[in-house]
Amino acid sequence: MRINLEYWRQNGPDDPGHFEKRTLENVDDHASFLEMLDVLNEELFAAGEEPVAFDSDCREGICGMCGLVINGDPHGPERTTTCQLHMRSFKDGDTITIEPWRVAAFPVIKDLAVDRSALDRIVQAGGYISVNTGAAPDAHSQLVPKANADRAFEAAACIGCGACAAACPNGSAMLFTSAKVMHLGLLPQGEPERRDRVVNMLVQQDEEGFGGCTNTGACASVCPKEIPFELISLLNRELIRSMHHKARQRSA
Amino acid sequence: MTELIQGLYTEGEPIADTKAPDGPLADKWNTRKFNARLVNPANRRKMSVIVVGSGLAGAAAAASLGEMGYPVKVFYYQDSARRAHSIAAQGGINAAKNYKNDNDSTYRLFYDTIKGGDYRARESNVYRLAEVSANIIDQCVAQGVPFAREYGGYLDNRSFGGVQVSRTFYARGQTGQQLLIGAYQALMRQVAAGTVKAYDRHEMMELIVKDGRARGIVTRDMVSGQIETFVADAVVLATGGYGNVFFLSTNAMGCNASAIWRAHRKGAYFANPCYTQIHPTCIPQHGDYQSKLTLMSESLRNDGRIWVPKKKEDCKKDPRDIPEEDRDYYLERIYPAFGNLVPRDIASRQAKNMCDEGRGVGPEIDGVARGVYLDFADAIQRMGREAVSAKYGNLFDMYKRITDDDPYEVPMRIYPAVHYTMGGLWVDYDLESTIPGLYVTGEANFSDHGANRLGASALMQGLADGYFVLPNTINDYLADAPFESLDAADPAVAEARQNVEERVGTFMNMKGTHSVDYFHKKLGSIMWERCGMERTAEGLRKAVGEIRELHEQFWRDARVPGSAKDLNNSLEKAGRVADFFELAELMCIDALHREESCGGHFRAESQTPEGEALRHDDRFAYVAAWEWTGESQPPVLHKEDLNYQFVHMTQRSYK
Ligand SMILES: Cc1cc2nc3c(=O)[nH]c(=O)nc-3n(C[C@H](O)[C@H](O)[C@H](O)COP(=O)(O)OP(=O)(O)OC[C@H]3O[C@@H](n4cnc5c(N)ncnc54)[C@H](O)[C@@H]3O)c2cc1C
Ligand code: SF4
Ligand code: FES
Repeated sequence: MRINLEYWRQNGPDDPGHFEKRTLENVDDHASFLEMLDVLNEELFAAGEEPVAFDSDCREGICGMCGLVINGDPHGPERTTTCQLHMRSFKDGDTITIEPWRVAAFPVIKDLAVDRSALDRIVQAGGYISVNTGAAPDAHSQLVPKANADRAFEAAACIGCGACAAACPNGSAMLFTSAKVMHLGLLPQGEPERRDRVVNMLVQQDEEGFGGCTNTGACASVCPKEIPFELISLLNRELIRSMHHKARQRSA
Repeated sequence: MTELIQGLYTEGEPIADTKAPDGPLADKWNTRKFNARLVNPANRRKMSVIVVGSGLAGAAAAASLGEMGYPVKVFYYQDSARRAHSIAAQGGINAAKNYKNDNDSTYRLFYDTIKGGDYRARESNVYRLAEVSANIIDQCVAQGVPFAREYGGYLDNRSFGGVQVSRTFYARGQTGQQLLIGAYQALMRQVAAGTVKAYDRHEMMELIVKDGRARGIVTRDMVSGQIETFVADAVVLATGGYGNVFFLSTNAMGCNASAIWRAHRKGAYFANPCYTQIHPTCIPQHGDYQSKLTLMSESLRNDGRIWVPKKKEDCKKDPRDIPEEDRDYYLERIYPAFGNLVPRDIASRQAKNMCDEGRGVGPEIDGVARGVYLDFADAIQRMGREAVSAKYGNLFDMYKRITDDDPYEVPMRIYPAVHYTMGGLWVDYDLESTIPGLYVTGEANFSDHGANRLGASALMQGLADGYFVLPNTINDYLADAPFESLDAADPAVAEARQNVEERVGTFMNMKGTHSVDYFHKKLGSIMWERCGMERTAEGLRKAVGEIRELHEQFWRDARVPGSAKDLNNSLEKAGRVADFFELAELMCIDALHREESCGGHFRAESQTPEGEALRHDDRFAYVAAWEWTGESQPPVLHKEDLNYQFVHMTQRSYK
């Protein structure tokens, strides 16, 4: 099929950036979206132009490295990762605009690639369990009811792609943060650090320049791993509990 | 120089592992741990370790070493450590916990792994792997890895490819992701604590060797293009496998051989390069624009039946219109005892045979239809659609998303694909390479899997190496540290850096007509055709010639657009593909010299009358460790004899 592309070009965070256009003939409808971009890049190469920079690695929908705004939607018209979107989702003759994640906390590196290291720093603020290596107790010494394990797993499925923040009108990473907080908070192993974790991660999230959550729900509707929106309200409850606890400690 | 064998290589002195202690298998690891020297906590702060790679092997090692008090620097090419290729593993991780009380034991896991590797792995290493496997599960659960549980709250298990006990722990189809996130979180905790410094989007381009010891690396910052040198007292490579030499594989796009290949050129021996595992159940290639192949979990073979049409003229028909009597359920026919559950190497080879005979299905690639049916019609009839969906629903969805075919209605099409490389840098029991101070862990080393890897054992090895083995063995080396201080002006450092600068300069100045991908694809198809599932002496010789020719053309006729001063995907690929050329040649030479069939290496000249793989234990029960001698110079083969003291080598049979 024939596809008209309008793709974003930007030489680093300080460049204002602009769109460029090119039409691809004979796009195979079985090709993935990124394979279509590979074909675009081969054409640009042949024409003596520089290929468009974009991120990808696994191309299986699990590493979270790919991520583009396609016709205004993070990851495009279907609820999946960009690498698992296929050209059959478009029609012959369609015009497709491609932009990078547009989030204040994710500066553009080049063209369609952005810097998402802010998400790593949120995890560094407390998204872990402080167990030392080598002396863990037997795995069966602490039982976890299946229902809790399943709910923790559901939250743990987040791939850190950042689409939630890209969809959010406030550029908030709240769905990402709540997924991590709830994954660890729902397990007995995560209990001891539960109260500090939620506060520290939220403080870091603000420091990174992500916006606040106003419950618009755009995040959950684009999340390729279907992280449930309700995790955000669970996170808010965690926060309140943690505040109460701290207040009690202070007054005691 | 000694005699040139087959015109391609020479043979040198044998090599041996000197670190595994003597004595009973079960005592070796404890003995080694006790005899290895310690470094007192106050001194650890004065030493430093570089870890390259943040997959299971690298993240676990970096986090553990940081926690022990060593200042650690960890490097990876992705934007976040959490995206290392380990994230893609689906099926599960083995451990001899015997939670199912089905008589599993360390010895049984050891035995299955040795046999599964077709008797080409070292007993001492494999036993240790089985021994620490149980600790891995404890560690991961304590970190919050949400493994599947039963209603009572206990961990669930399933069984996996070719073993008779249930020892595979899993987290739905995302085991690798969950294990990696556990290791990544441990790493982030150390980053926050200041013991580990993480360098994302940094690619290792060269190893620094001074006075025979590994002392650092040269990297390129993939965003700024800056070339930097980092020195340390020891270097750990945990950079994964090299399956991407085939271009199309189940590996992530960035997987490369550069780190281990650069170390090989500096003196680290490369062991068993020709052992490539081909996975039988991947979604077939569908076009020449395609960039990768997707794995469908092996568990599908538990209920799906594999077949091709009996008659060539039926191959283009709708499979539902082909009557039962015109279908050839070839695995069930040839291997009645194991049927569709034969091991990976056998299932893969037979699928290729069917397609080469002209009975493949699906679109033709280079004139051959490369696909066989994996059919769930019987299972749906027997178990009901609901039950099939409960068991395999997510895989069916994934298949449908990629192919646009509904596997509930039409049989899936599958074909084998390159998946895992058992070869890698040679290491001893301590995971130390032939360059002192250079340690290699996970898929990047050659140890533990022999000629074939059983399912669910690579994750186990990566974490065993990273959490438990390396943190214990590296102390013995570091007890001699700190070594003489090294600065940027040192000739060893300056030279390594200059090499990299010149190399980048050469790539940027190439003014040819073809892209790097063009060459990578061509190299990949030579490798797949001639050094893939089936190899012949004639084909391998041809391959060496073809690779040399293409390699020469690469330097003459490739072009890298853009600049070296910012993010440049083409430049990154150029470095990786240039290394793949040299590695590919070595893989073919290794495959040619090994005149036997074993595991992931099938030499057509060496088969039983029934067409099965035929090993020659009298001639080839060794690890082939290759030494680099210079560009366009024949490599030297060093053999490490495999002495089986505890298990007996037997012919594998699945009939
Ligand atoms: C689709 C798929 C499914 C699988 N399923 C299973 C399974 O169910 N069970 C199982 O046991 N195994 C499975 N495997 C195999 C297993 O996932 C891998 O063997 C294992 O994860 C490798 O881990 P690693 O830590 O050695 O390397 P990797 O996870 O590959 O990590 C390599 C690291 O090195 C870095 N790196 C590489 N080169 C450089 C360089 N030059 N400079 C800087 N950094 C570099 C990368 O950035 C990355 O951080 C599967 C593999 C695939 C492809
Ligand atoms: S919550 Fe969903 S959208 Fe956000 S980072 Fe995680 S997987 Fe991506
Ligand atoms: S490339 Fe890994 S999720 Fe898309």
